[in-house]
Amino acid sequence: MSILIDKHTKVITQGITGKTALFHAKGALDYGTQMVGGTSPGKGGTQVEITLENGTNVSLPVFNTVEEAKAKTGATASVIYVPPAFAADSIMEAVDAEMELVICITEGIPVLDMVKVARYMEGKKTRLIGPNCPGVITPGQCKIGIMPGYIHTPGHVGVVSRSGTLTYEAVHQLTARGIGQSTAVGIGGDPVKGTEFIDVLKLFNEDPDTYAVIMIGEIGGTAEEEAAEWIKANMTKPVVGFIGGATAPPGKRMGHAGAIISGGKGTAKEKISVLEACGVKVAPTPSEMGSTLVSVLEEQGILAKCTTH
Amino acid sequence: MNIHEYQGKQVLKQYGVAVPNGKVAFTVEEAVEAAKSLGSPVTVVKAQIHAGGRGKAGGVKVAKNLDEVRAYAEEILGKVLVTHQTGPEGKEVKRLLIEEGCDIRKEYYVGVVVDRGTGRVVMMASEEGGTEIEEVAAATPEKIFKEVVDPAVGLQMFQARKLAYSINIPNELVGKAAQFMMALYKAFVEKDCSIAEINPLVVTGDGNVMALDAKLNFDSNALFRHKDIQELRDLDEEDEKEIEASKFDLSYIALDGNIGCMVNGAGLAMATMDIIKYYGGEPANFLDVGGGATTEKVTEAFKIILSDPQVKGIFVNIFGGIMRCDVIANGVVEAAKQIGLSRPLVVRLEGTNVELGKQILAESGLNIVPADSMADGAQKIVSLVQ
Repeated sequence: MSILIDKHTKVITQGITGKTALFHAKGALDYGTQMVGGTSPGKGGTQVEITLENGTNVSLPVFNTVEEAKAKTGATASVIYVPPAFAADSIMEAVDAEMELVICITEGIPVLDMVKVARYMEGKKTRLIGPNCPGVITPGQCKIGIMPGYIHTPGHVGVVSRSGTLTYEAVHQLTARGIGQSTAVGIGGDPVKGTEFIDVLKLFNEDPDTYAVIMIGEIGGTAEEEAAEWIKANMTKPVVGFIGGATAPPGKRMGHAGAIISGGKGTAKEKISVLEACGVKVAPTPSEMGSTLVSVLEEQGILAKCTTH
Repeated sequence: MNIHEYQGKQVLKQYGVAVPNGKVAFTVEEAVEAAKSLGSPVTVVKAQIHAGGRGKAGGVKVAKNLDEVRAYAEEILGKVLVTHQTGPEGKEVKRLLIEEGCDIRKEYYVGVVVDRGTGRVVMMASEEGGTEIEEVAAATPEKIFKEVVDPAVGLQMFQARKLAYSINIPNELVGKAAQFMMALYKAFVEKDCSIAEINPLVVTGDGNVMALDAKLNFDSNALFRHKDIQELRDLDEEDEKEIEASKFDLSYIALDGNIGCMVNGAGLAMATMDIIKYYGGEPANFLDVGGGATTEKVTEAFKIILSDPQVKGIFVNIFGGIMRCDVIANGVVEAAKQIGLSRPLVVRLEGTNVELGKQILAESGLNIVPADSMADGAQKIVSLVQ
């Protein structure tokens, strides 16, 4: 089991004829993801040829619209790599086509474009992950996004994070300790985004195969504080946290559009104290995300259950 | 991106937001000329720097005649203003706004931001004009009123009126205040602002509602569609290293410490600063080389880090995912050879082709200290710079 995606998930890539999109479509196929096609307006009816690492040649159909791609391939998920100026339009196209899951990797989408997207999505069926995120991976089954697949191992710890590389860091520490992951979700570093911590925590809480969760936050906004309160009230599984940006100066945007302390709000100190108060153990350094989880799993007596290799 | 007050007022004026008449001056003579042409009984001389708190720091003066304008312009131009937003080193004043004085009846606050919680634009207003909104929020949050805007229809007149009534704008001026807010919202949305703050908004003795100050910040992700706003960028107000970094698409922020950092990914870059501090060091910068770091990018990143004389050592922390460690290692070696490595360098590599990457570093003949983990690397660089 897992959340959001598994080996049955059929995926299309929006903007598949672009260089980045093609590179990651190949990465997904190499990993075993059911990548079944893509879109590129004006190139409908053509095919993209991809040679995998194992030498297999794959030919994917290209469609003009998401609606057509969905109808012809039976895909339920799409991944977006189109440039920032056109990404909002691509997300809304996928929402209109009623894709179940849309993962937007694109970084640098104007915030007010995302405000419109968020409004457009109200009452719609689609779940959006991102933008400005590494994607989602269910180890051993399905990889949608730009994360290096080989660092992951199938298992029972869920990972949810606002940062790509910090997710890799956490996953690597877990894998090195023999602890596999159920699903790793990058929700992205933008201030206005599709899926928040709480949404993913709910899914992990309901997933019988996830036994514990690592939540990686950073400065800016109050999503971590809200997640902490939700965990305290609802979560039946242990959650370990890390918050990046304890040394970040106020008023400066630290790479991610959403990573900014404004008006004294959104500091790491505040987030850590709320998390701790809600029973979430917070790793003191990014090097100790894995060991902090191990100590909590030991306390709860589920370390053996979570050790997968 | 930040702009100056006078530029912000020019942008707002295009949308019909009422602002006092004023002109920018780069010299004392220009300041006197500007005051002459304004011909107002009272003239305000305002320092233009990208920081708030200018009044308290002596950067805003009211002149009653041209001689006073000259005297104040001479005093403020070239002066280094230290405010709570400039840091202790302050900022040198290179531009002045010469503005007609007005008869202030009362000061208010109006601000527009994107609210992360709702994912929508929110307009805030308060009767406590002239005070920092954060202070009002902390002391008397009940005095801040908010209207959440539906992006499908934009700010509505009734919402603007509600705000105006809530903050006790005089009855006869509510219409004007609401018009002001509508125009401000339009400017915010059409120019892709991230913050628009009018503090204070004033009502005047002659029955006007206008922006006495204006702080506009723009969403840097949206600058591609606003050439006019891009032209307002003032490089004098930015850190030289940050300007250089932006040319190479590197995300760099200067800090006060002595350990230079080069990292891939914003989250990991922040966490690297944190762990340096945790082990007793001080990071000199935030630097994200991005996912597609090339030798050229790594070289430029090194040059920028080393151009800071405070830097006593460098910590490179790379988690090679899509980017292979051998490519990064080659970049580091190439850059170190080009620039000449005289300060300690600790490199932590992890991820794809890590063994090959480590081998390249070890065989380079350069004095590079390898690290096995972030913690190991942070401890090594902290002890090396001591």
